[in-house]
Amino acid sequence: MRLLRPNLTLRRRMALPVAPVTDPQTNVLPPAREGNTALRWIKENLFSSLFDSVLTIISLLFLFFALRLALDWVFNLAQWDVITENINILMKGAYPSDQVWRIWLGLYLLGAIVGINLRAWNRELNRTTIAIAAIPLILALLPFASENARINLIIIQVTSAAAYLLTSILGDKRRRQLAAVMSILYIPVFILLLEGFTDEDGIMPLVKSDLWGGLLLSVLLATVGIIFSLPLGIVLALGRRSRQPAISALCITYIEVVRGVPLISILFMGNIMLQLFMPQSLPPIDRVVRVMMAITLFTAAYMAEIVRGGLQAIPKGQYDAAYALGFSGLKSMRVIILPQALRIVIPVIVSQFIGLLLDTTLVALVGLFDLLGIGQAILSNPNWLGRSQEVYVFIGLIYWILATSMAFASQRLEKNLGVGRNYDESQ
Amino acid sequence: MSAFYGSSIRSSWWLWSRLSWFFLYSNMVTALRTQKEVPISYDFLHDTAGFNLGESAIAFTCTDPIHRAMLVGLLNTFKVSITGIALATLLGTFIGVMRLSTNFLVSKIAWAYINVFRNIPPLLLLIFWYRAVFLKLPRVQEAIVFFDPVFPIYIANRGLFFPWGTPTESWSTYRWILLAGFVLAVFVAYRLRQHGKRTGRMPLVSLWFAVILLVVTLLGYVILPDPLEITKPALKGFNIRGGATLSLEFWGLLFVLVIYAAAYIAEAVRAGILSVDRGQREAARALGFSSFNIMRLIILPQAIRVVVPPLISYAIGFTKNTSLGLAIGYTDFFAITGGLILNNTGRAVETLTIILLVYLTISLIASLILNMYNRRIMLSH
Repeated sequence: MRLLRPNLTLRRRMALPVAPVTDPQTNVLPPAREGNTALRWIKENLFSSLFDSVLTIISLLFLFFALRLALDWVFNLAQWDVITENINILMKGAYPSDQVWRIWLGLYLLGAIVGINLRAWNRELNRTTIAIAAIPLILALLPFASENARINLIIIQVTSAAAYLLTSILGDKRRRQLAAVMSILYIPVFILLLEGFTDEDGIMPLVKSDLWGGLLLSVLLATVGIIFSLPLGIVLALGRRSRQPAISALCITYIEVVRGVPLISILFMGNIMLQLFMPQSLPPIDRVVRVMMAITLFTAAYMAEIVRGGLQAIPKGQYDAAYALGFSGLKSMRVIILPQALRIVIPVIVSQFIGLLLDTTLVALVGLFDLLGIGQAILSNPNWLGRSQEVYVFIGLIYWILATSMAFASQRLEKNLGVGRNYDESQ
Repeated sequence: MSAFYGSSIRSSWWLWSRLSWFFLYSNMVTALRTQKEVPISYDFLHDTAGFNLGESAIAFTCTDPIHRAMLVGLLNTFKVSITGIALATLLGTFIGVMRLSTNFLVSKIAWAYINVFRNIPPLLLLIFWYRAVFLKLPRVQEAIVFFDPVFPIYIANRGLFFPWGTPTESWSTYRWILLAGFVLAVFVAYRLRQHGKRTGRMPLVSLWFAVILLVVTLLGYVILPDPLEITKPALKGFNIRGGATLSLEFWGLLFVLVIYAAAYIAEAVRAGILSVDRGQREAARALGFSSFNIMRLIILPQAIRVVVPPLISYAIGFTKNTSLGLAIGYTDFFAITGGLILNNTGRAVETLTIILLVYLTISLIASLILNMYNRRIMLSH
């Protein structure tokens, strides 16, 4: 079994040493570098020819005016009180203030799960994993965080570290089992925490999903979309490769139809038509869940194509070897092909997640109060009339920070996983 | 692959898909029957629309049938998509080439552009530009005017007004002249290409094509007694009369989708140019090609093979993204069918089915073109 997986750590250990700068036999030194290196760099990269110099001057002028305009707006013209006054609403929507501890509890749990996962899947800590683990601390140090938020973020950081250390007690296999189970259970538990159990008087009164909003809802929608669409996508991808024409036709039709239409039409369908497909005896599904289902069904088609890409990248020898070892079809898929295929596509899934996070803004068009929807709700308040630039720029900044940091983490992950290298090289 | 699906799994899967399909369908039919007592029917398409549309390429009034309103929406979608894809390709190519510049600043500016516009939701960009920038333009009375006496263009918070010609009697003859000019240009371009392939000296085909088209257009205009009567926009009372208008909704949607798509196209162009081996450029230089001819004859024909497939899929994405027009009130196909018509008639299943079919047809045609193109490229290898 182990032989079938490319042994990355072994390969890394066997990697050739870096080529020496000087050739030891002939003692040839690299060519001497003349003059001031900074000046040289400027000459080579900014003023190498007349045309180049003209371009540099135009770019400098452009940057100067753009920066002056931007800085002038940020520090002089913009009135940021609309953000500081409404930061809580932007983060969590209309979620009742006395119940916010439930969101924080959910985030403590998330911190713990990140800690467990880091311990379970990484042999050693490197810069990327430390950066990921320290996100709560970084957020707590940001200037506009409130006192309350700082304390809670630090608690998250402590929980995360504690979970990391506690997991060390367990053996390798147990750790992974724990991490997998906790990760799978997390989203349902978090949704249950948000939703609550009892009406009115219990410790956790029911908070209807109509009240969920802001960044919380945006991230929740994207996460639910990715996680629930993965199994569906795997089924669709396997179905697409099926030799049974009825199954493959069904899967291909589903994938192509969903990929061929805009997300907004799927959201409209989810909002209006999903209810029609359910038995009359069931109670009506609430709006957030309908949108979650629509997003999941939409993403599943894209996920199926991603998984298919991963399956195609697995060399045929892996299938043959599994067959030769007497594995049944399902078992070889589950134990040999899928783990390798999914590992290859993790970076693509991350970029799909980023895309989905950006696409969740569309739910504002079907009446949900995600980050953009909440922003528009704030702007419709006469107190904040004419502050649209500030609100939209702030929301854009949040999305940009989330998307770029995830893209960066995904690039590092790609390197750590050794994805993108040719499989034959490793054998 | 047969080894991977046991026959029992196969048959149970088949059974389950059948059963679930039947379950969903029967639920829908009962729901429709009990809730609204209207069976699915597409007869409503012939009813009168009952609404007016501000933006329309063809004549439309509120007494026209609903299917004509859908057609208006489809034409509006195409109007944004076709102009937008052309502009985004130009801008994207420009940014992509900038990204490859040896000049540090130019390359970093292009990098920042790509990074910013790929990581911000297009809907947010759209709403930002429309609400926070475009709607803050001055009123019609204080409109900004460019090139006033010769070619006046008015920019105001109601749209962009510019001179436009209305056809006169000789227009129908002029149309034939234009068609003849086009045919002539295509013929000449084809012959020039053949000649270039035979002799190995490729002339500037597209330049000749453009010159012939331009000459015929101008000649026809001079010979015929004014096929078009040009009217200029002018401020009259509280409105601007004359010329033609393009609404702010159109500009907002076009602008945002173009800058968004250009960020993706720039990356595709960059990848395409980088995919051409360095040796190609060096060999061409060794053979004495000018740098313009190296780009035109060596680099671009090879780069374009890599660029076109993603470009087509971005074009499909662009067309799908025009449905964001709903957010700012641009009457594209989705806003009319899924917004106005669905709200007015309440026929959710029918309108959404039509929407799915229309978008699906568009993207299937585009992928058909993509496949044909890919096959042509593969043959010429």
